[in-house]
Amino acid sequence: MTANNWMKQIAFYALVVVIVIFSVFPFYYAVVTSFSTGTRLFEINYWPKVFDWSNYEAVLGGRTFPRNILNSVFIATTTVVFALFLAVTASYALARVRFRGRGLLLMTILGVSMFPQIAVLAGLFELIRFLGLFNTPWALILSYTIFTLPFTVWVLTTFMRDLPIEIEEAAIVDGATPWIIITQVFLPLLWPALVTTGLLAFIGAWNEFLFALTFTSSETTRTVPVAIALLSGASAQEIPWGPIMAASVIVTVPLILLVLVFQRKIVSGLTSGGVKG
Amino acid sequence: MANSKAAVVGLTLLQQRQRAAFWFLAPMLVALFCVAAWPLLRTVWFSFTDTSLNNLYGGKWIGFDNYLSVRTLESGRVIYRGTLVDPAWWNAVWNTVRFSVVSVTIETVLGLIVALVLNAEFKGRGLVRAAVLIPWAIPTIVSAKMWAWMLNDQYGIINDILLRIGAIDKKIAWTASTDTAMYAVLMVDVWKTTPFMALLCLAGLQMVPRDVYEAAKIDGVHPVKVFFKVTLPLIKPALMVAVIFRMLDALRVFDLIYVLTPNSAATKTMSVISRENLIDFDKFAYGSAQSTLLFAILAIFVSLYIWLGRVDLSGEGGK
Repeated sequence: MTANNWMKQIAFYALVVVIVIFSVFPFYYAVVTSFSTGTRLFEINYWPKVFDWSNYEAVLGGRTFPRNILNSVFIATTTVVFALFLAVTASYALARVRFRGRGLLLMTILGVSMFPQIAVLAGLFELIRFLGLFNTPWALILSYTIFTLPFTVWVLTTFMRDLPIEIEEAAIVDGATPWIIITQVFLPLLWPALVTTGLLAFIGAWNEFLFALTFTSSETTRTVPVAIALLSGASAQEIPWGPIMAASVIVTVPLILLVLVFQRKIVSGLTSGGVKG
Repeated sequence: MANSKAAVVGLTLLQQRQRAAFWFLAPMLVALFCVAAWPLLRTVWFSFTDTSLNNLYGGKWIGFDNYLSVRTLESGRVIYRGTLVDPAWWNAVWNTVRFSVVSVTIETVLGLIVALVLNAEFKGRGLVRAAVLIPWAIPTIVSAKMWAWMLNDQYGIINDILLRIGAIDKKIAWTASTDTAMYAVLMVDVWKTTPFMALLCLAGLQMVPRDVYEAAKIDGVHPVKVFFKVTLPLIKPALMVAVIFRMLDALRVFDLIYVLTPNSAATKTMSVISRENLIDFDKFAYGSAQSTLLFAILAIFVSLYIWLGRVDLSGEGGK
């Protein structure tokens, strides 16, 4: 190898190292901070010096945070199940049946998934008050449908469109109704796509902030992002950075693990939502 | 005879499928109508009334007064009121546009660089890709808090690093100072969403056939030239779609700014100011007018972008 090539190699790996450090460092630093308490919090440490679990004990032993985690789990799971249930049949119709206005309908659905949430906030607020759902988990499950449902329909439709026509033809020849085709023929093939879209919708619902902030009013009905955003100390000036970082790590570690385990599926799901080959 | 019979059966089969399709679509359409179309219409309606938060059904129709009202006093002075002459609103519009254009531009460039790195073959590529996904996986609120701590004026590590390498000579109050608040927000947003851009760019890059590069190498074309003359035009469709997705996301930004720089006029965006009026300041109808305007701006922007850029979002083109 020539010197020039060596330089190129070194520059390339330097770039790789910069990218990795830039991506990972903030989370690493949050973990380091979450293990420090008292005055140690205000010394700047690049390496973890102590492992003090008291921030975690404070957060998890607190009155409301475990409840907030349960709220988030319940709301995100229910939202995903609801969205997938509606999306499987709808995307079959959109992907496999020719009818007039299909393209327009698809574009409308995509348009809804890009809605600015603030534009429906006032109307949703009224609807939720009207239905008596304010400050309950159902208010959030209902409102999260606005972004989970179009997204799941869109991804499942692109996935189903690529399944070979032959399997469906065989079922039709055997006299299977569309409902049988979906449940017996397509559903078994759809599992990978369902896992991907379900996971992405779950992450979206887990992270949502605007609706959760607006449609809940008490500490026990909050979801995790709202709880973390509004976590305050004894006085307004005193921000409890230690517990905030501990809470952040608690809610982020499961997500990071999920993302790393399902890396390939997530990448393919994300890109089929936007870029279609 | 046999032919026409087959045609009849085919027709009924198609009709049967279309009928089933209708019932399959109906629940989803009803759900979307309830959570999207209806609330949007109600928001627009509220914007033409004087509805207040505590009395949602007591509003009267007041026409365009929330947007713009012109009143001439007896003295002959003309008074303009409404969102369209509200400096706070125009400040929010300007902040949003500035934030969106700058953040999406930086993210596209960095995303492309990261995607080019991930598209090359090297040892540990899987690990690097996993690391790049981490910022994307972290909830926005959590990343805002993490960075708020790192950007803390007294105890923040960013000030410490910059002091050590001599880039600054005194500590900066990143999120509190009006001069730097926007930089802070941009920094966090770029960190958080570059992975998404990188993944979309990577998907585009992987569709470029490898032999294109081989051919260019044999012909001795400089890699930079190959990138601008071959790669970029080939991934342009994917890039256009990625940019519009990110742009729409950026134009409606709320949570990052609400948490990282609360109540800072230097970063307040359209979504933040709308919600403030809707919920916090009890100017429900006024806030509705602002969110309606935001929706209109986004709709016009998307239409222009798709029309001018000839973006094919449906994925059905060519099929």
